[in-house]
Amino acid sequence: MAEGIKDKVAIIGMGCTRFGEAWDKSADDLMIESSMECMEDAGLEKKDIDAAWWGCCFPMGGLSGLPLSMLLKLPFIPVTHVENFCATGTEALRAASYAVAAGVYDIALAIGVEKCKDTGYGGLPDFGGMMGGTSRWDMPNATAPGLFAIMATSYFAKYGLSPEEGKRTLAKIAVKSHHNGTLNPKAHMRREITVDEAMNAPIVAWPLGLYDCCGVSDGSAAAIVVRAEDAKKYRPDPVYIKSFNIAISSGEEKMYTDWDYAHVETTVRAAAKAYKEAGITNPRKEISMMETHDCFSITELTEYEDLGISPRGRAKEDVDAGFFNLDGQIPNQPDGGLKCFGHPIGASGLRMIYEMYKQLQGKAGPRQIKNPKIGLTHNMGGFPPMNVIGISILGL
Amino acid sequence: MVGITSYGAYIPWYRLNRNIIYSAMGWLNPATLTPGEKAVANYDEDSITMAVAAAIDCLNGLDRGKIDGLYFATTTSPYRERQNAGIIAAALDLRPDIRTSDFSDSIKAGTGALLSAYDAVKAGSVKSVIVCASDCRLGKPGSAQEEIHGDGAAALLFGDSGVIASLEGAYSLSHDFMDHWRAAEDRFDRSWEDRWIRDVGYNEFTSEAISGLLKKYSLNTKDFAKVVYPCLYTRAHADIGRKLGFERGQLQEHMFATVGNTGAAYPSMMLVAALEDAKPGDKILVASYGNGADAVFFQVTQEIEKARERRGIKKHLASKKDLASYERFIASREVLTIETGGRGEEMAATSASTLWRHRRAIEALVGSRCKRCGTRQYPPQRICVKPDCGAIDEMEAYRFSDKQGHIIGYTGDSLAFSINPPQMYAMVDFEGGGRSWFDLSDCDLDSLKVGMPVEMSFRRKYHDAARGVYGYFWKAMPIRA
Amino acid sequence: MVGITSYGAYIPRYRINRNTIYSAMGWLNPATLMPGEKAVANCDEDNISMAVAASLDCLNGLEREKIEGLYLATTTSPYRERQAAGIVATALDLRPEIRTADFTDSIKAGTTALLAACDAIKGGSAKRVIACAADSRLGKAGSAQEEIYGDGAAALLLGDSGVIATLEGSYSVSYDFTDHWRGEEDKFDRTWEDRWIRDVGYTKFIPEAISGLLKKYELSIKDFAKVVYPALYVREHAAIGKGLGADPGQIQQQMLATVGDSGVASPLMMLVAALEDAKPGDKILLASYGNGSDAMFFQVTQEIDKVRDRRGIKGHLALKRELTSYEKYAAFRGTIPIEKGIRGDEIAFTQLSNLWRERRVVLALYGSKCKRCGTPQYPPQRICVRPDCGAIDEMEDYRFSDKKGHLFTYTGDSLAFSTSPPAIYGMIDFEGGGRYNFDLTDCDLDSIKVGMPVEMSFRRKYADPARGIYGYFWKAVPVQA
Repeated sequence: MAEGIKDKVAIIGMGCTRFGEAWDKSADDLMIESSMECMEDAGLEKKDIDAAWWGCCFPMGGLSGLPLSMLLKLPFIPVTHVENFCATGTEALRAASYAVAAGVYDIALAIGVEKCKDTGYGGLPDFGGMMGGTSRWDMPNATAPGLFAIMATSYFAKYGLSPEEGKRTLAKIAVKSHHNGTLNPKAHMRREITVDEAMNAPIVAWPLGLYDCCGVSDGSAAAIVVRAEDAKKYRPDPVYIKSFNIAISSGEEKMYTDWDYAHVETTVRAAAKAYKEAGITNPRKEISMMETHDCFSITELTEYEDLGISPRGRAKEDVDAGFFNLDGQIPNQPDGGLKCFGHPIGASGLRMIYEMYKQLQGKAGPRQIKNPKIGLTHNMGGFPPMNVIGISILGL
Repeated sequence: MVGITSYGAYIPWYRLNRNIIYSAMGWLNPATLTPGEKAVANYDEDSITMAVAAAIDCLNGLDRGKIDGLYFATTTSPYRERQNAGIIAAALDLRPDIRTSDFSDSIKAGTGALLSAYDAVKAGSVKSVIVCASDCRLGKPGSAQEEIHGDGAAALLFGDSGVIASLEGAYSLSHDFMDHWRAAEDRFDRSWEDRWIRDVGYNEFTSEAISGLLKKYSLNTKDFAKVVYPCLYTRAHADIGRKLGFERGQLQEHMFATVGNTGAAYPSMMLVAALEDAKPGDKILVASYGNGADAVFFQVTQEIEKARERRGIKKHLASKKDLASYERFIASREVLTIETGGRGEEMAATSASTLWRHRRAIEALVGSRCKRCGTRQYPPQRICVKPDCGAIDEMEAYRFSDKQGHIIGYTGDSLAFSINPPQMYAMVDFEGGGRSWFDLSDCDLDSLKVGMPVEMSFRRKYHDAARGVYGYFWKAMPIRA
Repeated sequence: MVGITSYGAYIPRYRINRNTIYSAMGWLNPATLMPGEKAVANCDEDNISMAVAASLDCLNGLEREKIEGLYLATTTSPYRERQAAGIVATALDLRPEIRTADFTDSIKAGTTALLAACDAIKGGSAKRVIACAADSRLGKAGSAQEEIYGDGAAALLLGDSGVIATLEGSYSVSYDFTDHWRGEEDKFDRTWEDRWIRDVGYTKFIPEAISGLLKKYELSIKDFAKVVYPALYVREHAAIGKGLGADPGQIQQQMLATVGDSGVASPLMMLVAALEDAKPGDKILLASYGNGSDAMFFQVTQEIDKVRDRRGIKGHLALKRELTSYEKYAAFRGTIPIEKGIRGDEIAFTQLSNLWRERRVVLALYGSKCKRCGTPQYPPQRICVRPDCGAIDEMEDYRFSDKKGHLFTYTGDSLAFSTSPPAIYGMIDFEGGGRYNFDLTDCDLDSIKVGMPVEMSFRRKYADPARGIYGYFWKAVPVQA
């Protein structure tokens, strides 16, 4: 009978680069940086690594493990490339964790990287070619912001929010994340904004404006995991994985008419399994802090409900009350989130875990949350009708 | 009795006031000012998509499985190799065992195709054949052609039962008269002097063809309820009729100032307009013009009353939107080289083998319906999408292109590259079941609402100029009429 | 009884050995090597001139005034507006009160035009219609297409009396299969992978159309003396016939190694070849290929023996001269931009009003014959040229295009610009009277002699790409058959 992952694996080291427009750095440079910090944090050298998983959505060097192994000169060890759209980072750590939990390896490295800023245009690289055989015909001429913006129009319509009311709610979410970003030296965006600025910003995909959309950034993050029983050999304050859960779209959302395009069904399913695995029965009370996938402000709004924290259709009340602010009940995106820390696709899942890791160890500096016990990361790849959600729950 | 058994037409939603063109380009040649407005295809429309729209109008409520052939007439086909009639037939989801043909290279090709369709039914080769005529002609900026050319399409179904207007006779003229011409790789027509065209060609051939027809069948101008012929010059149009002895009331309104000169589609579109008002017993004379002329006449039957629920010309004329921008017009026609940005230049190659394998899904918007639980789904699935069903390989084909739906969520995306920004798209739930995401076209962002009803329209999805490929798919749009 | 009453064909004189092409371009892609030779249009030939030649062969000795329609199938017309069929009809000096149409955009258009012509007769719209097909397709340098495409034309006269092969039935399939395509502004085809074309298209559509035909008319493949279908791949061409159950002897010989793949013309050229050997009572099955397939079958009658004096395929196959230079071939096809010199770049503009006024003179080579003294003269005169006559306005029309003549004198001019220098021209004295100077073509300076017999051939006289105009006139060709 399968037992799940709770308390079987511990993170003993992590690294994370600054995220931003790193014109002078390639993906290689970023991976060296994050892996060096990670190994130093773990007190290990690369000869100690038994296996590695690396995640990158648009790898210039191809889809094998070679770009990582040849860069770091990993000594003929197993290296696997993983990808699950924007949930890639979580996927890399999940694979590494299962490998050590299964007792196949002792020390495993997970690293994520993305170099978004070599396209020459704003926004994410064109993913048209990744969407399947007939997508160049049967997929709308869509961008990521647009496919999430649709969720905003249907959410507003379903819950009776006027466009103005809806945009205001979204603006508050962005304002909160921007504030947190100013406290984070590694964040891409480090500027306070106001609700008015957010509401009147240029429209990217109606009704989402510039400040409703996360940054397009370069960056990398890395983690080293071992089995829980070995963790204290490496450090006194390892962080334990309480749950890893993934849920992926079945096709129902996109092709069957039940789903309302006003929430993300996969989040609901993944969260249910994650809470069960971690032994959480009342998330609103038991979760100390979160990093959820705020590629767009509307995504974050629906996450409050889909994670079972805000009542369905009433997340606005929690937003208005500051429930998710840094000084609120459950701080969300304490490091600025995708919104301000930035979103190098392959790295983001690991960056979320990095912040929870630092917070649990009391090393978050001006962002430090008081006595956090349980941190949740929520990482989404794809679009509301077709996506994968990766949730991790971490604790001491 | 062989003749027209149904009709349809299509006029693009956008209209451009000729003053707008003149304000932009009249400085080049003040003599080009022409009154009225013209119909302008959207950037995602072309002669193929308009023909599909006209044919859908024509075939409304009819069994498409009974169509034995499709003839397509145009001078502006996007493909010179890859039968355009075949693309239209695929979009209409017609049977494969049919005859298809492109008729081109002359603006009289519309009547030529019509006559061949008549022949095919009369000869017993087919029982029903649909003739589509469509044109989307370009004029160089600042030219008279730019003012005059309009875009549009018509479709006529020919058969031998349920005939609403029987084809009674024809008289043709072929003259290698080079009034205007376009070489194989040229985008724009060139033309000779208007006075010569008018005096030696237009007036002469149109009159000669109509007179020849009257003489051949011993008929008189008085016998006709309506006479249809294209308008190249408004005064000459009136003169031709007058000199032949027709009363003004007999001349079918030529739509020059509301649609424009629609090339190969012109006579057929005017014929559809005439049929919309025709009464049983009416005789209608139709003459085309171009490298000669074809003259044809029809006799309207009692069945005409049954074919009234078409959008045809009237409803399409009434449903319109002012484009209000010359630059948008020439951008949509790819005459103006606009900044697409790096994103707009991303153009993957088209896999012909993938298109072929999925042709019904892509070109005819055919999905599947689970035989076990009845759930409709697009794209076609082998494993049923309904959560508690999941039946494997228990599907039948189900066509979505003729189903209406409503929007459950939408956006206007200013990040995606579009020639007509913002790029609008939505998730659409279909009546009867089934859902998918589609681009939206022929609408403004302000007018969109969650819940609004939409219908499907065959459009140009992309143009890969480097590889010479035009890709097509279906888009959703607010109900047109 | 409706069907073929006469036939003709045309294969350009020039042949190029595929080794010549391969020696020049095989370094680019060694896999393109193909055996045999292919027919190459001269620099003054195109689909229009070849269609005229094939039609002249077909109409040899027949009354042209009785022709009531001309359908031309092609995918390589130099004009997208200016009906090619109209130019051909004018060159053939047909009456203007006829129906003309261009059938384009697919290499199955030849058989579709043939079927439409038969419909016109069966339906009673016309009594005699020509269906001709001509193509001169381009392949990029170093491509397999360059090796395989050959130039040629065929013409069939359809009617209801004196029928030599009756059309008994047809069956068509239409598929939007993009095995190859060409966008409206492109010069060259693009193709998908040959293996896919072969396995999914070529070896499927032809058998499907033929099987459908056999089933529809309850026939067996064994009933046919000849089964005719174009060859795209040699091995598969044989395999198709075998798969249908035909003996190798029933399969009409394909001409890939002697002419090449001539697009729309291929099936009709092969049909002409089959008719040349056909006996009364033979059934002939014909299928085309391209965006589907048209299949049809004919029954040869007793009258077949009356039409044995055509050059057709056999006669033209034998008339050949080798083009030994790849570069000359490329220059002929316009794929190499050659140095024309200042003289060669001089292109006066075309006075179209003049052309129209003189169209019979220019395009049909009409002169006049003095009614008083009987002297034929070209161009037509109002004052008789004969010194001791001088009659004014006593002329009747006189057609020179079908008259033979002999070479009175000539030169080979190396100063004049020619794509195939030297420019050879001379004075032609016509049998029956009349003399004029003409360019000579399809000959070498060495082989010409004063007094040698010549005939007239409709050719492209000049190209004015800047204005998109291609001009035609008649040239003299040494008689070789």
